[in-house]
Amino acid sequence: MKGSLGLLLALAAMLLAFAPAGARAQSLIATLSTDRVPILSNFSGERIAVFGVVEPGAGPRPRQGYDVVVSVRGPRGALTVRRKERWGPLWLNLDARRYIAIPAFISILSNRSLDQIAQAEVRDDLRIGIDSLVPPQALARGANDPEFRQALQRIRVRQGLFDERPEAVRFIAPNAFQAEIELPGAAPIGAYDVEVALFADGALATRQSLKFTVHKYAVEQWVADAAHQRPILYGAATSLLALLIGWLASVIFRRD
Amino acid sequence: VEIYLPIAEMPIDMFLILGMGVAVGFISGMFGIGGGFLLTPLLIFVGIPAAVAVATQGPQIAASSMTGSLAYWRRRAIDFKLASVLLAGGLIGTVIGVLFFNQMRRIGQLETVITLSYVTLLSVVGLLVSFESGRAALAARFSKTPARRKLGGRHHWFEGLPLKMRFHRSGMYVSAIPLVFVSALIGFAGAVLGIGGGFILVPALIYIFRVPANVVVGTSLFQILFTMIAATMFHAATNYSVDLFLAILLMIGGVFGAQFGARAGANLRGEYFRLLLGLLILVVAFRFAADVFGTPIEPFSVTPTETVR
Repeated sequence: MKGSLGLLLALAAMLLAFAPAGARAQSLIATLSTDRVPILSNFSGERIAVFGVVEPGAGPRPRQGYDVVVSVRGPRGALTVRRKERWGPLWLNLDARRYIAIPAFISILSNRSLDQIAQAEVRDDLRIGIDSLVPPQALARGANDPEFRQALQRIRVRQGLFDERPEAVRFIAPNAFQAEIELPGAAPIGAYDVEVALFADGALATRQSLKFTVHKYAVEQWVADAAHQRPILYGAATSLLALLIGWLASVIFRRD
Repeated sequence: VEIYLPIAEMPIDMFLILGMGVAVGFISGMFGIGGGFLLTPLLIFVGIPAAVAVATQGPQIAASSMTGSLAYWRRRAIDFKLASVLLAGGLIGTVIGVLFFNQMRRIGQLETVITLSYVTLLSVVGLLVSFESGRAALAARFSKTPARRKLGGRHHWFEGLPLKMRFHRSGMYVSAIPLVFVSALIGFAGAVLGIGGGFILVPALIYIFRVPANVVVGTSLFQILFTMIAATMFHAATNYSVDLFLAILLMIGGVFGAQFGARAGANLRGEYFRLLLGLLILVVAFRFAADVFGTPIEPFSVTPTETVR
């Protein structure tokens, strides 16, 4: 990312200017390098810089220092997890569980591994970590089988849509940190929530919510809109184009 | 160079898709088949959702059959009356096929249906073609004339059916019912599997209806052209899965590949050539069979049903 360093320095200057000298409780100011990610025809992923400054409170500095967890959560939707089972000689999708409100993208960035930052119960309460962001199945169809939930997470991790990256948050000064959200090319479009949580000695000190959107741009959006809003016209245009290309080919390659 | 597909909602290597279009176009030009049955599986293997892969075959096959139809039309090798009867059946089959496709997609069995149908269809066709051409190749090697079946004089049971029509160009006098029935079956398969069906229609017309060889390919191409336009329209209107960018890449690649394939095919010997095609079809069938008969490495799969944006 060219220009990202310059941008960070500008953000740093801006944020430090905001930090007042007076004694207050610990607080956090964080910002993103962009709030709109356009998907162009050459889209193959994007990086978004997160930058933040911790403003220490009046009390003593925490013994273990500060920890930061940045949770990125994509648009939520319903999905079905299916399991292939033996059916005679065949393997068919016979068993299924339905889940609702599962984020289409999860990325958890932190300065060290999550279990070093806070205990499991604390993280569960605060909804921090992939496991805490994937609720148990919503509709009771069949017994609640944890295997399906594990499979869901496993598949999404393999697809690069869910990840936990300890050490992705770097402290560039004792009270200033920086991280880079990596959006894969398959990142779903929609609204993303970014939650920056500050921990001091294993407990939440404060947190801040940020947002960005991933949207299709110009031609891509136009094509997708046309396909959904004017399907018959879209189908006719696609067919006409096919006829045209077929006809052109016969003109170009005509030999008789 | 990656390009973002607006309907599949994923980036894909542009040259990979163009290359696949060229390769399948080459094979289809060489063998005179549509190639949909090879392209759909290839698209699914590289990660395009099955629904998009099938629906986007429509425009791709329409483009290549347009080129083919024009060539046969110039040679006056199309029986338009026969083509319109076949088209009537093809349209019926396509509508039922798209409805079935949408229903299977809703209950989550679309992939299984596609896979199983491919296994069945490809193994049968692959075995038939390999067997037939293998026998012809052997016969040619031992310089015996291949045993020709007598075509004249035999009567099929369906010849007694009503609604008889005369097809001057093909020199036939048959009932429209079996013609419509066969083309409806192929239209159905076409809409569900993303294939033109030429590789079933041509042998069916030759062996069952005894359509003369000089009009059969042109007529079948012409019928496929319109069936595929209908399939494109129905898929676009009901499941929004036709990806314009993907279609354009495939059409361009396919059109070029087909030209070179046709030239390469002119220098090959018939029997060996068909044996090759038969084996190729069997390989694709095996690949699909492995999916449905083999123990899956990952038995689970995730399908998004709706997303709040």
